[in-house]
Amino acid sequence: MATAILQFFKTFMLWELLVGLKLTGRHLFRRKITVQFPEENTPISPRFRGLHALRRYPNGEERCIACKLCEAVCPALAITIESALREDGTRRTTRYDIDLFKCIYCGFCEEACPVDSIVETHIQHYHFESRGEQIMTKEKLLAIGDKYEAEIAAARAADAPYR
Amino acid sequence: MQISAKITLLLTPLLLAVAYTTFAERKIIGYMQIRIGPNRVGPRGFLQPIADALKLLTKEVIVPTNANRYLFLTAPVLAIAPSLAAWAVVPFDDGMAIADINAGLLYILALTSLGVYGIIVAGWASNSRYALLGSLRSAAQIISYEIAMGFALVGVIMAAGSLNLGEIVEAQRGSVYHWFLLPLLPLFLVYFISGVAETNRAPFDVAEGESEIVAGFHVEYSGMAFAVFFLAEYANMILISALTALLFLGGWLSPLEGLLPQAAFALPVIGWVLDGGIHWFLAKTAFFLFLFLWFRATFPRYRYDQIMRLGWKVLIPVTIVWLFLEGVAVAFGLGPWFA
Repeated sequence: MATAILQFFKTFMLWELLVGLKLTGRHLFRRKITVQFPEENTPISPRFRGLHALRRYPNGEERCIACKLCEAVCPALAITIESALREDGTRRTTRYDIDLFKCIYCGFCEEACPVDSIVETHIQHYHFESRGEQIMTKEKLLAIGDKYEAEIAAARAADAPYR
Repeated sequence: MQISAKITLLLTPLLLAVAYTTFAERKIIGYMQIRIGPNRVGPRGFLQPIADALKLLTKEVIVPTNANRYLFLTAPVLAIAPSLAAWAVVPFDDGMAIADINAGLLYILALTSLGVYGIIVAGWASNSRYALLGSLRSAAQIISYEIAMGFALVGVIMAAGSLNLGEIVEAQRGSVYHWFLLPLLPLFLVYFISGVAETNRAPFDVAEGESEIVAGFHVEYSGMAFAVFFLAEYANMILISALTALLFLGGWLSPLEGLLPQAAFALPVIGWVLDGGIHWFLAKTAFFLFLFLWFRATFPRYRYDQIMRLGWKVLIPVTIVWLFLEGVAVAFGLGPWFA
């Protein structure tokens, strides 16, 4: 009975509403969590799986040996590889295509690679302007690898203790 | 001064205030959701409402097939005209009103009730189910809350003994304790709640109800016709805030009056700030406007039957009880308000 009367007065004093207003009023002065996108970015893990790249050894030799493990493991069948013997007798790819529309960015290709050639970089903002551009050819992938080698190596090094 | 000059002097700041209320709304709700809101257009986003207005101006006004073209385009005008015309009797300072008429409060009640026709006509003329449902809800809601609102205003009229807005404010002169806020506290709450409901604002915005009926009465509107509905809604919000300030918080009267010694008001600049004036009226209006936005950031939308229950079974009985008590107080000359 007493609680019912108390409840009645609480209702008429708009108690619950004031509690709600207090909550939002406190949030008005809270520190804002907005990330101002083009200028700021959210932090990225060294394991982030973004745009692909093909790496080279420090002497400039491409790492890929055309073992086709990545092609075999790719669950989305996004990778197409053709290979041939080079003049020096080593097996190399003549074609290494990744269809980014098929790719699901699972990172299996990177895990399967015995020579750490194919990797997924931290690059997340990229776009295509015409049809066909989504096919990443060997040249494009090697160019990305050359351009971002320092960052790729740094990310691998940061994550090495946990692999 | 020419009457047209007076109208321009009133409407230009009013429409600017409307534009910047939309900006303030987005900023404040953003801040309460620990975001920062629009900040890209101009310094700190201050040109955002201008950009919004330009966007809406350049967009096409689409008239749906089978809509009643004539009424469809008249509806926004019907919505905005009363909400602007009602400002004619609002006194910003002592005697600073376009029309100082004796039935000022009655005029405002009449005009704010007319605003619902714009919504009903818009909903009907759109030839859309959602729009029709929205306008039906809005009509029922506004009629229900008009009664509680009217009763709350009867309390003010009893206390002030006048329908003239200027005289109502003057009746509250003395000190903060002479304001009608204190003796008429329940009526003040009822009035402001009904005011929020009258303007179809959250938590009473079932007329829009985007989760159920998309956008209610203005689903089919685009471009400037849509913008005019928006202008009307925000002009109404500002009007309700201004009226609450006038009727319950002593309008342009200073809250420091009667607290500070008379000498304080004689100081050169500080005295002018401390003394009553248009700045106090604008500050009080801004406070209630902020409450509108605060409510929108806090309360979830009422269910439709709950709105009806609150209006008919809670607010109206509360006002009637308080009117009776107030009548007794007036009969016995309870000071300082009813003496």
